[in-house]
Amino acid sequence: MTQPRREILQKLTPVLTKRWLSPDAWKMDVYERLDGYAALRKALDVHPDDLIQLIKDSGLRGRGGAGFPTGLKWGFIPQGDGKPHYLVINADEGEPGTCKDLPLMTYDPHSLIEGAIIASYAIRASRAFIYIRGEAVHAARRLRNAVAEAKAKGYLGENILGSGFDLELVVHSGAGAYICGEETALLDSLEGFRGQPRLRPPFPAIAGLYASPTVVNNVGTIASVPYIVLGGADWWKSMGTEKSSGPMIYSLSGRIANPGQYECGLGITLRELIELAGGMKPGHTLKFWTPGGSSTPLLTAEHIDTAMDFEGVAAAGSILGTTAMQIFSDQDCPVYATWRWLEFYHHESCGKCTPCREGNYWMVRTYRRILSGEGTYADLDTLQDTADNIFGRSFCGLGDGAATPVMSTLKFFRQDYLDYIEGRTAPRLSAKALVGAH
Amino acid sequence: MTNTEVEFSPAAAPLAQRLLPAALEIIARYPADRSRSALLPLLHLVQTEEGHVSPNGVAFCAEVLGINKAQVGAVATFYTMYKRRPTGEYLVSVCTNTLCNVLGGQEVYDQLSEHLGVGHDETTGDGRITLEHAECLAACDYAPVVTVNYDFAIDEATPDTAIGLVEKLRAGERPTPSRGARICSLKEMQTQLAGFADPREGAVADGLAGAPTLRGVTLAQEHGVAVPDFNLDTPITKTKPSPREENKGKVATVVDKVKSAVSSVTPGHAGKTTRAGDVKDPQTRTAEQRNPDASTPDKTGTADEKKPVPSNPAEAAGTSSNQPAGDGKPAGDTARTEEAK
Repeated sequence: MTQPRREILQKLTPVLTKRWLSPDAWKMDVYERLDGYAALRKALDVHPDDLIQLIKDSGLRGRGGAGFPTGLKWGFIPQGDGKPHYLVINADEGEPGTCKDLPLMTYDPHSLIEGAIIASYAIRASRAFIYIRGEAVHAARRLRNAVAEAKAKGYLGENILGSGFDLELVVHSGAGAYICGEETALLDSLEGFRGQPRLRPPFPAIAGLYASPTVVNNVGTIASVPYIVLGGADWWKSMGTEKSSGPMIYSLSGRIANPGQYECGLGITLRELIELAGGMKPGHTLKFWTPGGSSTPLLTAEHIDTAMDFEGVAAAGSILGTTAMQIFSDQDCPVYATWRWLEFYHHESCGKCTPCREGNYWMVRTYRRILSGEGTYADLDTLQDTADNIFGRSFCGLGDGAATPVMSTLKFFRQDYLDYIEGRTAPRLSAKALVGAH
Repeated sequence: MTNTEVEFSPAAAPLAQRLLPAALEIIARYPADRSRSALLPLLHLVQTEEGHVSPNGVAFCAEVLGINKAQVGAVATFYTMYKRRPTGEYLVSVCTNTLCNVLGGQEVYDQLSEHLGVGHDETTGDGRITLEHAECLAACDYAPVVTVNYDFAIDEATPDTAIGLVEKLRAGERPTPSRGARICSLKEMQTQLAGFADPREGAVADGLAGAPTLRGVTLAQEHGVAVPDFNLDTPITKTKPSPREENKGKVATVVDKVKSAVSSVTPGHAGKTTRAGDVKDPQTRTAEQRNPDASTPDKTGTADEKKPVPSNPAEAAGTSSNQPAGDGKPAGDTARTEEAK
């Protein structure tokens, strides 16, 4: 393990992660001592429109993967339309590799709640929901406790701090469906249906939850809001790059010395992050990695100096996504890795769109055949063709997400596929695993 | 539909007898005409009694919401966490998604499966353990991970640590999990999934953050790295008065009166309404903590009033004509501007 150099350490920007160091920050009194709810008091003295402008000025972009400008999204909510408005927080963290929201909600739940109150005030919503992944039980436990504390303190409920503003906040546990991380599927799930994506338009800003104007934001996005309210848009923009402002929690996992959460300004490179993480694991050389979860096209060792912001990763042919960087080495097989992801997408496909439902079913089987040493050259064409037919042909991003590891490994690691087909690599799956595969 | 007068069918009646009050409480969380939103928590609630969603559970949810059983069944079969068959006391999940998989998760799962003699979604004969392989559990920095009833139980799991865990569970012990709260039964966990607070004293405080979670922020702390120029009082550009300011003169409920008395009273008003001196407002505490040598700022003063002085005259005029509301107002008028129902 190597020590990071001083100039690399300076790239750390502990903002959202800072309170995690205080073991009791999930309690109201400790949170309040650490600047908690100061932003709410400040925000309630400002007109909601001015708050939306502040968020626009900060350049904050969604932390859930798509990077949509948050202030713009809030501004899309029609005001004075006589309809109820809703804020829905997407806490259905499940993108493979992503593990930034769970610790945030577990160790600093009030920051999310404070952000939710401010955001609701800005878009004039009197009900907000946190849709949390069902499996995230400890985070949900802490959140529910925090909501009760906030209610008792008058930060939630009627006439919050004498402002005339009311807000009910409900923590709603999901039930184990990855697809519900997609915003329209999440809304369907929250309405009590199967979580299946909706056709857009209309977008949630016009017809979201209960067909009313709704903002759906990621946990990291909403938890950023109190800091912007306190520190201002210019301070926020002092971190990150011109078009991708602010700090971001990078989740590093895999073949590195110290996996973990590293909060840095957007635009840091993988090389720098690996240095912060103490280097690669001894005996491992970087081979491929996901920039933002498995649904973003894989990158390779040659992309190690790509700026990890929305523009930089896009220029490299991938997507910043959730900045969940799973790092694989020369000892990991990209074909095997892709197969396992596809098993996941196959399992999680909601079944609404035929390309995704059927395509994943067949791609999984093709991979099993290749990995058991029975693959043919035609299988590679089948995979490419199937992936091409899924990509862009489904309602939501799950289909695209499933196609991308296939397309990117075929592009970068064709030789690894050929090694299975031509018998240079020993089969990874036994015939037992192949029942029904052909 | 969602009233207490519902006549339950013989299939649903036994569950209704035990679960109806909780079910109504769940339904009340959602807008009045949107009770179907309660379906997911209701299905979790059903599992508190049955450990899985049986046809009776489906009937109960359907009848309490006034929808049909097919609609409930369609939802119940869509989500992984609603179990179709009876489950054990503990649900042991091993992540076998790609990253955990290559770091050993698959081996952990395979050996556990062999050791217990059960496969995916199957329960041991003694009724203690239901085993499953899970998809990404959002703890990749601790890979491979094993959860018990969804709480993180083992980080960086090996076949040995996983088998050790299930053996303890089967022997009736409840070992301390790595980062989750103390272990309960799967049925008890369903109560929390239905949205109720954990009834166990101290459970919410369990589970410290592990080293990987804190790695970046600890590095920053050790090397004195912080984001410079963070000033809590950075002004927000105001182009119009806030509703609170427009509401000036109208007032707050009693609760808020007490609160504002504590945090932001005008000087002359303080003595009367401030509660006993044990309640410090957050700004005072922050100030004390940040600058322990300085004398505590006058509490009766200026918590809300340390706003920066506007630099341009127009803004200053605007500010002075729009004083913040919330203090010292006569009680009685609860008119709210945000109430748009």
